[in-house]
Amino acid sequence: MKYDLEPTLPAPSSTTGVIGWMRRNLFSNATNSIATLIIGYFLVTLLGPALQWAFIDSDWFGDSPAACTSGGACWAFITYRMDQFMYGFYPETEYWRINITFLIFAVAIIWLVTDKTPYKGYVSIFVLFIYPVIAFYLLYGGSFGLEVIETHKWGGLSLTLVLAIIGIVAAMPFGILLALGRRSNMPIVKAFSVIYIEFWRGVPLITVLFMASVMLPLFVPEEITFDKLLRALIGIILFQSAYMAEVIRGGLQAIPKGQYEAADSLGLSYWKSMSFIILPQALKMMIPGIVNTFIALFKDTSLVLIIGLFDILAIVQAANSDSAWLGFSTEGYIFVAFVFWVFCFGMSRYSQNLEKRLQTGHNTR
Amino acid sequence: MMKTSLITAAILSVSFAGHALAEGTLDAVKARGIVQCGVTTGLAGFSNPDEKGNWEGLDVDVCRAVAAAALGDAKKVKYIPLTAKERFTALQSGEIDILSRNTTWTQTRDTQLGLNFAGVNYYDGQGFMVSKKLGVSSAKELDGAAFCIQAGTTTELNLASYFRQHGMSFSPVVFDTSDQTAKGFDAGRCDVLTSDQSQLYAIRIKLEKPDDALVLPEVISKEPLGPVVRQGDDQWFNVVKWSYNAMLNAEELGITSANADEMMKSNNPEVRGFLGLEGPKGAGLELNDDWAYQIVKQVGNYGESFENNVGMNSPLKISRGLNALWVNGGLQYAPPMR
Repeated sequence: MKYDLEPTLPAPSSTTGVIGWMRRNLFSNATNSIATLIIGYFLVTLLGPALQWAFIDSDWFGDSPAACTSGGACWAFITYRMDQFMYGFYPETEYWRINITFLIFAVAIIWLVTDKTPYKGYVSIFVLFIYPVIAFYLLYGGSFGLEVIETHKWGGLSLTLVLAIIGIVAAMPFGILLALGRRSNMPIVKAFSVIYIEFWRGVPLITVLFMASVMLPLFVPEEITFDKLLRALIGIILFQSAYMAEVIRGGLQAIPKGQYEAADSLGLSYWKSMSFIILPQALKMMIPGIVNTFIALFKDTSLVLIIGLFDILAIVQAANSDSAWLGFSTEGYIFVAFVFWVFCFGMSRYSQNLEKRLQTGHNTR
Repeated sequence: MMKTSLITAAILSVSFAGHALAEGTLDAVKARGIVQCGVTTGLAGFSNPDEKGNWEGLDVDVCRAVAAAALGDAKKVKYIPLTAKERFTALQSGEIDILSRNTTWTQTRDTQLGLNFAGVNYYDGQGFMVSKKLGVSSAKELDGAAFCIQAGTTTELNLASYFRQHGMSFSPVVFDTSDQTAKGFDAGRCDVLTSDQSQLYAIRIKLEKPDDALVLPEVISKEPLGPVVRQGDDQWFNVVKWSYNAMLNAEELGITSANADEMMKSNNPEVRGFLGLEGPKGAGLELNDDWAYQIVKQVGNYGESFENNVGMNSPLKISRGLNALWVNGGLQYAPPMR
């Protein structure tokens, strides 16, 4: 007779390790197995050649299409013109100005989004009020001994970033004011906000840009010429603030009425109750919506190509028409898609992180 | 596309035609020290930025010639890239001084938009490209063929009327952009690709096997492309017109950017007149006497510009054809400079 317990056997090999994982997740029943096989078939047949094209058979450097001998992707088209894709027609000797401008911005933003860095208040004041002036003089010049670089020479990724950052930063305060205006009890303010929001939301951005670029110059006297970039920027801000207003209004409406009443009963004035009680909660709640709008704006900036501004997409298209480099549109578009993806994915990840960090616990996950 | 933009521009021009500058454009250009030139947002051989961001092309050379004549320096040009829809407004509103953006000279544009065409720097026309495998040598043999066409252009209308005229039929395969049209032709979706001839050569380079494609000799529409200025400023109109004529005359007289200095010693009265040593000089145009010399020295003559940008020295390899000088059987003819 045997009384001691049998040693515990390891789980059957079919339920552990790679095989187990595959059985659980890929082949758990007939339908799933068929789906796995079909998707697997497409992955193998499509992904293989794509990788082969993009990485194995590709040429990365060279100064003419003749350098592309491997038969796959010709990334030399991108690397050779990388400076132009980044800086547009900005003079090469002045690239440092763009670098410094965006470096300061990056440092300030990293400072602001990192936990536990001191003097956040001062840094935000710097970013909102002092930095734009510095950036203007660095990019445009005309003072402090810097040569003037007119905006028609700006282009590439730096122009995309200028449009997106200014659009995002300027649309936010206008959006907040419009959202508050739309929920205001004052009839004129309310009517103005409603009309403004509904008007700008009712027209496509492409129309706004086109109007700003083509119609506006005809209605002003010839001595006054607005800069084309400025016109586009004003159009983008007007348009974007309307969208932002509606996102923020969503947040304001989601705040329980008790919060408004509590603020009133403390004797806070309208602006105090808004800025200390209501808006912090509303904005926090609307982070996904706000970031969504930012991402949409970032991608919308590529519409400026219809008014002849060379953002990163337009400059790649123009490079595509260089007769020495015809026929590399696929590489160009993949590169642009990748750049946009990196920025949008970055914004999206940061917003998720921010949401978790500001989570104060009404809905625990 | 072309039609709507035309109508819009026409409506606008009703109220804004003759919206002339208070001072002449030439004076404004001299005071500013720079010529503002409207170009495409990128069209191979005509105007596109090179890898250093410098604009180059046949249309760009017209702007450079005007800058060389008016300011003595071909580099003093500010290039404003414009889309097809914006181009006429930009000129009417004074944002640019010359529009050199492969624009077709038509009656409507010349008479209703408050514009003047200063010449024709490229005689274009709609043509056909076929695969050599098809064994076709003339458009007349294309009855029943499938045509790759770019949507929203006048190409389709021209094609339809040409085929109706010759009692033939065709089936269109429409694509959105020129890139897609090229891919469609490559993939064998159609037998023939039709577009303006200058475009056909650019598309041919994009094909997987450019040598297998053949551009047929027939041209079924007239597309004279040229630089445009505002109506009502004859002085500036003359400067642009004669800057271009100087490029043509230089080729006819055999003056190139390389031999311009040597030609100064020539005894030929026509050459001496061209170089501003005798004859009308620059007085009538209110330019320096050496204006034409500066053009040919800095930009080159028309033949040089053509060969370097779209001709045999460029990847496009377009033959001179209609754009040869009149002495060689082409249409390029400039009045004499005397």
